Amino acid sequence: MTNLEKYTNAFVEAFDVDAETAKTLKYQAIEAWDSVGHMGLTAALESAFDIMMEPEDIIDLSSFEKGKEILSTKYGVEF
Amino acid sequence: MMWDLKKFSGQTAVITETGEEISYDRLFELTESLAGAVNRRCLVFCLCSNTLGSLIGYVSFLNHGVVPLMLDAHIAPDLLEHFLTSYCPDYLWVPAERAADFEGEKVYESCEYALIKRSDENVYPLYEELALLLTTSGSTGSPKFVRQSLANIKANTASIVEYLKLDSTERPITTLPMNYTYGLSIINTHLAVGATIILTQATLMQREFWTLFTEQGATSFGGVPYTYEMLDKLMFFRRKLPSLRTMTQAGGKLLPDLHKKFAEYAGREGKNFVVMYGAAEATARMAYLPAEKSLEKYGSMGIAIPGGKFRLIDDAGAEITTPETVGELVYSGANVTLGYAVCGEDLAKGDERNGVLQTGDMAKFDADGFYYVVGRKKRFLKIFGNRVGLDETERLIKSYYTGLECACAGKDDAMYVFITDAGKTDELKKFLAEKTHLNPTAFHVKALDVIPKNDAGKTLYRELEKFYD
Repeated sequence: MTNLEKYTNAFVEAFDVDAETAKTLKYQAIEAWDSVGHMGLTAALESAFDIMMEPEDIIDLSSFEKGKEILSTKYGVEF
Repeated sequence: MMWDLKKFSGQTAVITETGEEISYDRLFELTESLAGAVNRRCLVFCLCSNTLGSLIGYVSFLNHGVVPLMLDAHIAPDLLEHFLTSYCPDYLWVPAERAADFEGEKVYESCEYALIKRSDENVYPLYEELALLLTTSGSTGSPKFVRQSLANIKANTASIVEYLKLDSTERPITTLPMNYTYGLSIINTHLAVGATIILTQATLMQREFWTLFTEQGATSFGGVPYTYEMLDKLMFFRRKLPSLRTMTQAGGKLLPDLHKKFAEYAGREGKNFVVMYGAAEATARMAYLPAEKSLEKYGSMGIAIPGGKFRLIDDAGAEITTPETVGELVYSGANVTLGYAVCGEDLAKGDERNGVLQTGDMAKFDADGFYYVVGRKKRFLKIFGNRVGLDETERLIKSYYTGLECACAGKDDAMYVFITDAGKTDELKKFLAEKTHLNPTAFHVKALDVIPKNDAGKTLYRELEKFYD
């Protein structure tokens, strides 16, 4: 699985959406992405890439795109 | 009248997400103007959000004898339809952008909220003391409302103001929904002392929340157990929040370790951490653990609020007077609400509780008189601060899925639903999230070959515990 697939998959599993929808998501854009869902997403990303996210990065993770940027610049995940 | 807004003339009542400041004078004008549009005692459905428009509706209605029934603005459409049919409100107070979605005539608009006049007028008589209707469990789909009187709300507000020592210098930031009893009590108490409420729709998982918190110098916030788990994950203790004075916690029992951790942080940083206990059936609060006892008595829900009283009752109905003995927790006080409503006719009902509430929680007290919740008499869970009945959930499932074998059990923040049809697990998880309006991660649906039952056909819930993750 590519990193992009792993990344997308974390959203798919955390929010129970299809991959296409996942790519358009922003915080609170769907019911499932609330603060509880955000905890689930963070956990899914941490386990998919075997990382521990910094609190500042967790609260900056406001969209699918933003998350990619954070993971690539701060955690060395190449997309 | 609930609040004398004019008393705080010149002070700031609300700060919105965009930094707009609304004075108490302005709040008074806005709420009076809306009251003029309604102009009579009747039932109004409020679709709530942590915004100025939503707040104005609530304050206006309560101050003018109009009875608001508080719902989450994101309520599932079919559930809302069910409530509309059951209660026939005269008006709806809804986000203006969604006004066109509702049947009726838009007769007034203010602060991005719209007043919709329905064709119904006073279909169900309202008991003279009825002031407010709240769901028993915040956002969940329980079709039961708690009937609160103005005297209930005033009594509870006075108690909370007293034990939290609130004054006009407080600046709480919203972290809980306005239609949830705990979120509402923060609004009630702070408007009563002339404080400034910082309204935001952002959650503590968002940068915007913390920016607003810091820029506006928030002094307090409230949280359910799950909120504190999130704060722990966010390494809250490393965050510099000089303006913060007080953190309150309610909506379920915090894990003792986490209670201790936050109590230690508060002690170290000169903040107050106040663990509380309550229910919508008691307006909001019944007990609090004084901040100075937070560490010494961690794990405790504290003592009765000023004006309230606890008793523990054993199986035979006798009062327990010995420390460390478990019994059902019974509360009495002026904040014990009138009773429930399950249909429009119930709005005419009077006081069915006479100031006494059986909490359904099993508790004990220690030698110093501090109470501890140790279990539950009734089958319910607290999910993200919301009380969710397990038998009710089973009935809900069975009413939609005729003939489906199911058993609901679990622990706080994690409901386990056992069924025998493996093909339905995903669908059921979605169904429950939609019906209860809780995040789907709360539901763990598992298929078993057979649901364990005794000879009489009763589900053996204990046997299901081994299937929890």
